[in-house]
Amino acid sequence: MEKELRLMKGNEAVAEAAIRAGADGYFGYPITPQSEILEYLMQANPYTTTGMVVLQAESEVAAINMVYGGAACGKKVMTSSSSPGISLKQEGITYIAGAELPCLIVNVVRGGPGLGTIQPAQSDYFQAVKGGGHGDYHLIVLAPASVQEMADFVDLSFELAFKYRNPVMMLSDGAIGQMMEKVWLSPQKERSKTVPEWATTGKPTTRERNIITSLDLDPNAQESFNKKLIDKYNEIREKEVRFEEFQCEDAEYLFVAYGTSARVCQKAVQLCRAAGIKAGLIRPITLFPFPSKRINELADKMKLILSVEMSAGQMVEDVMLSVNGKVPVYHFGRMGGIVTAPDEVVEFLKSKIIGG
Amino acid sequence: MAKIRGSIVVDIDKCKGCEVCRVSCPTGTIAMAKEVNHKGYFYAYPANPDLCIGCANCAMVCPDGVITVYKTKI
Amino acid sequence: MAEATGIKEIIKPENLVYKKTKIMTDNVLSYCPGCGHGTTHRILAEIIDEEGLQSQTIGICPVGCSVLLYNFLDIDWQEAAHGRAPALATAVKRLLPDRFVFTYQGDGDLAAIGTAETIHACNRGENILIIFINNGIYGMTGGQMAPTTLPGMKSSTSPYGRDVKLMGNPLKMTDIVATLPGTYYVTRQSVHTPANVRKTKKAMKKAVQYQKLNKGTCFVEIVSNCPSNWKMTPVESNKWMEENMLPYYPLGDLKVPAEETTQKTINPEKND
Repeated sequence: MEKELRLMKGNEAVAEAAIRAGADGYFGYPITPQSEILEYLMQANPYTTTGMVVLQAESEVAAINMVYGGAACGKKVMTSSSSPGISLKQEGITYIAGAELPCLIVNVVRGGPGLGTIQPAQSDYFQAVKGGGHGDYHLIVLAPASVQEMADFVDLSFELAFKYRNPVMMLSDGAIGQMMEKVWLSPQKERSKTVPEWATTGKPTTRERNIITSLDLDPNAQESFNKKLIDKYNEIREKEVRFEEFQCEDAEYLFVAYGTSARVCQKAVQLCRAAGIKAGLIRPITLFPFPSKRINELADKMKLILSVEMSAGQMVEDVMLSVNGKVPVYHFGRMGGIVTAPDEVVEFLKSKIIGG
Repeated sequence: MAKIRGSIVVDIDKCKGCEVCRVSCPTGTIAMAKEVNHKGYFYAYPANPDLCIGCANCAMVCPDGVITVYKTKI
Repeated sequence: MAEATGIKEIIKPENLVYKKTKIMTDNVLSYCPGCGHGTTHRILAEIIDEEGLQSQTIGICPVGCSVLLYNFLDIDWQEAAHGRAPALATAVKRLLPDRFVFTYQGDGDLAAIGTAETIHACNRGENILIIFINNGIYGMTGGQMAPTTLPGMKSSTSPYGRDVKLMGNPLKMTDIVATLPGTYYVTRQSVHTPANVRKTKKAMKKAVQYQKLNKGTCFVEIVSNCPSNWKMTPVESNKWMEENMLPYYPLGDLKVPAEETTQKTINPEKND
């Protein structure tokens, strides 16, 4: 079957892609700016076609725990929310990470802290990349920069989630979630019939009982488990780094930006080049694992690196760690739900070039 | 007339000596031991085995499921 | 000596009337002496065995004293976060609709932190069984006041007794869920005497069988004891429970399937 071209919102693309990826279940709760995901799925009613379960939960807390229960059955399950709702989900997310279960969590980020704003932001980077809930764990974090990627990353997320038995977060934002673009949708996949050997689906006489838990009261056993997680995260760091470079070949100034900010920076690179400034862009596609090695290599030929995020400066810390003092690293970005404008980025870069 | 005779077997090592079985026994078959098991509990045992009628009341209420019950007509 | 020979005559496989079910593992229960958790576990295990449900059962453990429940019944288990068991069970049952799915939760788990999950699972009429152990106290954390702690009852966080003006009233969750259209069978039982154990087993068996009908949530409350945190012997605690807990949480069915009530009212007419 061929791919199908449609004009869709990012949120709608996630929903349609989930059905087509053969997802078994979606559990959600309304919150702006991502409610279209739940609305689209309710409208599409995939239970009657693919058998995918769609349920509006009583809270984000319940929704993520439904994901926990479904994932523990070895099913392809997901939830979505926006920043305040993702904060509520952190309890379930750390249990899912601790129980080593696969699932997809979509965060269509809005400005914070607190109730903040309903406009797009990138201020949940720390929460997504550094853990978010309690305990030593990491999510695999994918950052789409287009409606197409919001669709494509659903399938990729499930693939990575099951490969590593680890929750995956798609860290989008209100701009990409809400905007419409053309998107090529993959053909419908069958829902998987294979049951992972660890799944709790009822104990036959042929195997021991399966227990999905994140509890270990024996400190030595818990530490061994922590070490096992570290090994897994290191393997992910080794194998799953994804990024995209734009005009980096001869660049002297490097932008680091993901998602909406990467699109802004792509324009900023063009404006810089028109003004005779050799700028380039690296766009991390995976935020965990972070493309640290590549940024460190690129730093060798740069005069200055600018991390552009719609936040007070979060990813810039990982950029600094990657660059490890080789060249100056700055942060620039608007907050409060304001999307940074390309000329603002260029002006900021110029001020640093003169100042440096 | 046939007489009902019962008997119980207590898994002494797993008994926690809660005495719930003792007070549930209608015939006074069960008593608590004067010595403790390896966990330190005064375990239950059939002190008057000939009184047992195999009603299984003790096993019904035993929280730790340590009592097995037999019954026959003689 | 004659007596001993007599006993040997009796202890024979053909005379066996009661033996721990195979569904209970050989692990020593982690509960204090005399705790009703163990008895409730055993009743549930016996029903799973008798109904032949081992290969179709998924249990959801709570956080509380029974957090290690997965060590004691030989079935597939999921360990939920505190209060969230009904959310997990909801997803499991919807994704595996032909399975028997149950949660096992204490009063803190079900009636405090998990109130929303409990009420909404029941209100949606999820086809699951919820087993609710109510001993009016937080056992595992050392005897703090629970939502179901009785007025005037002492706990480590109500050391002068529960003052309802300051601390609120005991919550009758079972009464609440019985009012919801989503529940199919709601009952309150206890396991402190042989007669109550037999009644509870009957009730719980009904609840398990009702699950196969997929007609809504079944909810079984077990009013239980906590000798350690009530600071009593197990025998005293059962007596105290009978005298204090049961008047506040009276035993019996709170909601029976409409079909059964209709039958009961129709039958006398038939006799006329």
